[in-house]
Amino acid sequence: MAKVYIPALLRELTGGVEVVDVDGGSVRAVIGSLEQAFPGIGERLMDGDRLRPNISVAVDGEISPLGLLEPVGPGSEVHFITAIKGG
Amino acid sequence: LKNAAKEGTRRADGPKFRKIGCVEVLEAMKNHPHYQTPLMGPNRGRGVAIGFWFNVGLQSSCSIAVNADGTVNLIEGSTDIGGTRTSIAMQAAEVLGLPVSDVHPSVEDTDTVGYTAVTGGSRTTFATGMAAHDAAQGVVAKMKERAAKLWEVDAAAVTAAGGVYSSNGHSISFRELAGKLGETGGPVVASATVNARGAGGSFAGVIVDVEVDPETGKTTILRFTSVQDAGRAIHPAYVEGQMQGGSVQGIGWALNEEYWMSPDGVMKNSSLLDYRMPTALDLPMIDTVIVEVPNPAHPFGVRGVGEANIVPPTPAIANAIYRAVGVRLRRLPMNPPAVMRAIWDKKS
Repeated sequence: MAKVYIPALLRELTGGVEVVDVDGGSVRAVIGSLEQAFPGIGERLMDGDRLRPNISVAVDGEISPLGLLEPVGPGSEVHFITAIKGG
Repeated sequence: LKNAAKEGTRRADGPKFRKIGCVEVLEAMKNHPHYQTPLMGPNRGRGVAIGFWFNVGLQSSCSIAVNADGTVNLIEGSTDIGGTRTSIAMQAAEVLGLPVSDVHPSVEDTDTVGYTAVTGGSRTTFATGMAAHDAAQGVVAKMKERAAKLWEVDAAAVTAAGGVYSSNGHSISFRELAGKLGETGGPVVASATVNARGAGGSFAGVIVDVEVDPETGKTTILRFTSVQDAGRAIHPAYVEGQMQGGSVQGIGWALNEEYWMSPDGVMKNSSLLDYRMPTALDLPMIDTVIVEVPNPAHPFGVRGVGEANIVPPTPAIANAIYRAVGVRLRRLPMNPPAVMRAIWDKKS
C-alpha cells in the first residue's frame, strides 16, 4: 500500500485524517482510490484528466514532472502539495 | 547542528530530504575565519542564518555534431545569463574526453534544437547539463562503432577513456577518428532530451556583520560571507557569481526594496529609479565558500545554485541588526525609517 499525505485544505473531506494507505500503481490510481474512500476529493485534485495547475505531486520525495502518470510503488510516500513556480 | 536537517528529515512541505548538505554548510560557516573573528565596535552586530531551495529539473534538449578537425558543435536551448554556455560545454567535454576549448557551444531556438524550458532560477547547469551529458554519451557510442569499423572488431570491444579509443592493441584519438568519419559511415551527430529528475535541493548560509547608525537608522554591511552546497561546482567562478548575485538580491530585499502601492492598487514606484536596489557602492566584497556534497541523481553531482542563496541574507541581517542595536525587526524592508521607528519604540 502507498502512504498518501492529505494536505490540510483537503482534510475536511477525509474527516481530518492526515495519512491514508491506498493501493498504488500510479498517481491516477491513487486519486481513484482516494475518491472511492472520500467522494469529492478527486475533483479537488484533478481538472479533467490532469492535476489541477495549483497542485504538485511528490512521490518518494521528488516533485513529479509526470503528474498523473507518475508510478507509485507499494511502499511509496505520496504528497499533494501547493505548486510553486520556480527554476 | 543539533537540529540540522539531514537525509530523511521531513521537509516543511511534507516530503523527506534526499541527500543534502545542510550539516556541511553549517560546519563550513562555523569554521570560517569570519565566524571565528570577534566583531568589535559600538552599534555593530553579527548575524547568521541558513536557507533552502528545492530546485527543479524541467525539460532540456541538446545536440552535438562532430567536426572533421576533432572539435564538436554543441547546440542547446538554454539562453546564457550566468555562464551556462561554458558550464554545459564543460560537462560534454568531460564525457567526450576533450578540452573544453574543443567544444563550441551555441544557443539556438526550437527551429534548431528541441524544446528547452526557461533559463531561470537554478535549473540550467543541472538539467541542460544532463542533456549535454547524455548527448555526449551518444557521440561516444557512435565513435566506438566507427573505431570498430576501422579495426574490424565488435563495437562492444572498443573502450574510450580520456578521448582515446582503444581495442586489442589498436588505439586512436578522438581527433584522428573524427578525420575518418567519411570513410567509416558519414557524419556523427547525437541528440538527447531530458525531463530532468533528481533536482538535489541546496542549502545556503550567510554570516554578516553590520553597523547601524542609531541617529539615522541606516544599516551598513561591513562584511558578508555566503556559503552554499553546490553539489559539484562545474565552473567554480560562475558558481561564486551566482552566490554573490543571490546575496545582493537578498540584501536588497532585507534593507531597501519595497513596493509603494496606491489605495486603488497601483504601484507608485514603478521604475527602477524609485525601487532601491543595492549597487556595488552599497556593498563590501562578498566572500564565498563553495561546499560540495554531490547530488547522487546527477551524473556530475550538480545542484542548482541560483536561488537558495537569496533566502538567508534577510534573517541573517535581521539577527545582526538585533545584535547591533537591540531591536528585533520582523517586517521588510529593514530600511532607515523602520530601524529608527524600532529604536524609538524601544526607548519609549
